[in-house]
Amino acid sequence: MSTALSTIEEFVNTEYKYGFVSDIESDTFPPGLNEDVVRAISAKKQEPEFLCEWRLRAYRHWLTMTEPKWPKAYYPPIDYQGISYYAAPKPKAQLASLDEVDPELRRTFEKLGISLDEQKRLAGVAVDAVMDSVSVATTFQKDLEKHGVIFCSFSEAVRKHPELVEKYLGSVVPLTDNYFAALNSAVFSDGSFCYVPKGVRCPMELSTYFRINAKNTGQFERTLIIAEEGAYVSYLEGCTAPMRDENQLHAAVVELVALDNAEIKYSTVQNWYPGDAHGRGGIYNFVTKRGVCKGRRSKISWTQVETGSAITWKYPSCILLGEDSVGEFYSVALTNHYQQADTGTKMIHVGKNTRSTIVSKGISAGHGQNSYRGLVAIRKSATGARNFSQCDSLLIGQQCGAHTFPYIEVKNTSAQIEHEATTSKIGEDQIFYCNQRGISKQDAVNMIVNGFCKEVFKELPMEFAVEAQKLLGVSLEGSVG
Amino acid sequence: MNTTSILDIKNLHAGVAGKAILKGISLTIGPGEVHAVMGPNGSGKSTLAAVLAGREGYDITAGEARYLGQDLLELDPEERARAGLFLAFQYPVEIPGVNSTYFLKSALNEQRKHRGLPELDAIEFLKLVKEKIKLLDLNEDLLKRAVNVGFSGGEKKRNEIFQMAVLDPTLAVLDETDSGLDIDALRVVSEGVNKLKAPGKAQLVITHYQRLLNHIVPDYVHVLMEGRIVRSGGKELALELEERGYDWISRELQLAA
Repeated sequence: MSTALSTIEEFVNTEYKYGFVSDIESDTFPPGLNEDVVRAISAKKQEPEFLCEWRLRAYRHWLTMTEPKWPKAYYPPIDYQGISYYAAPKPKAQLASLDEVDPELRRTFEKLGISLDEQKRLAGVAVDAVMDSVSVATTFQKDLEKHGVIFCSFSEAVRKHPELVEKYLGSVVPLTDNYFAALNSAVFSDGSFCYVPKGVRCPMELSTYFRINAKNTGQFERTLIIAEEGAYVSYLEGCTAPMRDENQLHAAVVELVALDNAEIKYSTVQNWYPGDAHGRGGIYNFVTKRGVCKGRRSKISWTQVETGSAITWKYPSCILLGEDSVGEFYSVALTNHYQQADTGTKMIHVGKNTRSTIVSKGISAGHGQNSYRGLVAIRKSATGARNFSQCDSLLIGQQCGAHTFPYIEVKNTSAQIEHEATTSKIGEDQIFYCNQRGISKQDAVNMIVNGFCKEVFKELPMEFAVEAQKLLGVSLEGSVG
Repeated sequence: MNTTSILDIKNLHAGVAGKAILKGISLTIGPGEVHAVMGPNGSGKSTLAAVLAGREGYDITAGEARYLGQDLLELDPEERARAGLFLAFQYPVEIPGVNSTYFLKSALNEQRKHRGLPELDAIEFLKLVKEKIKLLDLNEDLLKRAVNVGFSGGEKKRNEIFQMAVLDPTLAVLDETDSGLDIDALRVVSEGVNKLKAPGKAQLVITHYQRLLNHIVPDYVHVLMEGRIVRSGGKELALELEERGYDWISRELQLAA
């Protein structure tokens, strides 16, 4: 019979099941970054002049910036000249249909549980799959087109809908916004684009699957979602990467725009390779996600389940401009081994009677460090604004940490703000209580963790909630013996 | 070895971090019997319950405990539970976010799986719950809440006995189930326990006070002092203790020494 401490140490033996490498030939730039590389990326993608210029402005601005040091995360300096800024699976010729996708690549996505053609027929979820930096396949495009919904890779959007891209790109996250957003703006290679026209309720879940495969590459994708007046869309992204000893940088930008009465629901199940039990390798996930509720009564809801990455640095945020607009943030962040997460949200209330809800659940195990960092800002104009925040931390074992940094700025006295926070431990008492009723240690931990996350899971689309629960179970496997 | 007994403890020594607490306990419990272990604070009562249930952190330094003929001490706590050993906790544990019904259904189905019985589905389980909850006069709404969260002290204790009723153990160990209960709650809990008494099953009731034994009438009473059972007798021993206090026995023991 093992003692509680040693069983918790067994946590460290979790296997990452998506850690395989696919043998796909890729077209990769040599490492390094300068204006020529930025131009070359733009040329490779046959982009219009405005976009190349935009990238160059971002690059020049990035040179003037320094990497943020305020996150509660420690890592050696990143050598930005040691990263390759473009990697695309070959062949990169235009694909006329899914059948032309490299079979090895299709097998890769099948291993990940994303069978592009199966999914197309059965699940009723439209998928855009992004391998390294390039979108390899988007399903269901024809069906969506009937409803006027555009769902395609970012590159395709640049070619087919340059006016939309030009209008909205950088409108929520300006290229000067922060160090990693500026870098992304300079070198992003692909991503997903979605446009839902006025009054259309997108008939299916949209989903993007991100996969880093090539070595020594950064992944810089860009997602832009626009919901016109009265439109609705639910979007989910999933992420995995092979196991590698070195760290890889992932710096994405996501921009959401919701006009009058529009609603965007954005869900993330992030499972980038977290590094091994000793903290070697893993993805640096430095991501800027922001949505603007431009219109009256518009709504943006972020739901994230973050179990991967060596370091997570992201704050999916809402700018609540429109009167009566609503922002929501539901988050589960799990750190195990030597993972570090500094994550939270910003709710910027500008319009009258805007409302926001924040529910953050941090789980720390092993030597994991989990920080919630959030800002609730009520601007002078935001009469009648309301916010409710709840930040709960759960600790498993003796060596992990949980931290909370809530910032509140109120410039309008009519605002109502509530903040609740709790920290609890999965105690030996709780596990023993479950054991004494016949429930195994592993099931007990899963039960307690899932109970802790329930409020967030119920915000996920059903099939993904099940997946997220399983994912947490896998990430906690071996936590107790 | 008496194979017809449910629990057979011989010369059991156990302690925590090098400190001896149980110093040679021997106790045999047969089917259909109710045994009470009484003793002053610090005598080792709760340690005995913890060791029987397999709680971590206790060192067994000598002796043995057999449960239904098998070596109890080598089983994990969940294996003991699945084999029908139930501990009603002195301090039931809160598990936030985990629904009471879900918790108990998982527990019951784990035990049924172990015994080769089919798992109960939600409807069958609910039927069982409705039947058993009446025994404890518990509000059904409690089952919609998280395990023990927001329960009053009395509700927690009644919930323990309710779980016992659902899991239907072969051996129930009740660790100071009376502590913190007012007289009405004590009556309800005791009635519940009494209704669960059955020919093939046994109960080990651990308590400081005699008052519980007014309601749960034991077949045997054992007095535990300084880690040893110093006296055993029928239910009248409990009454004698109530009247004369534990000091009476310690004085007699000192005289004998």
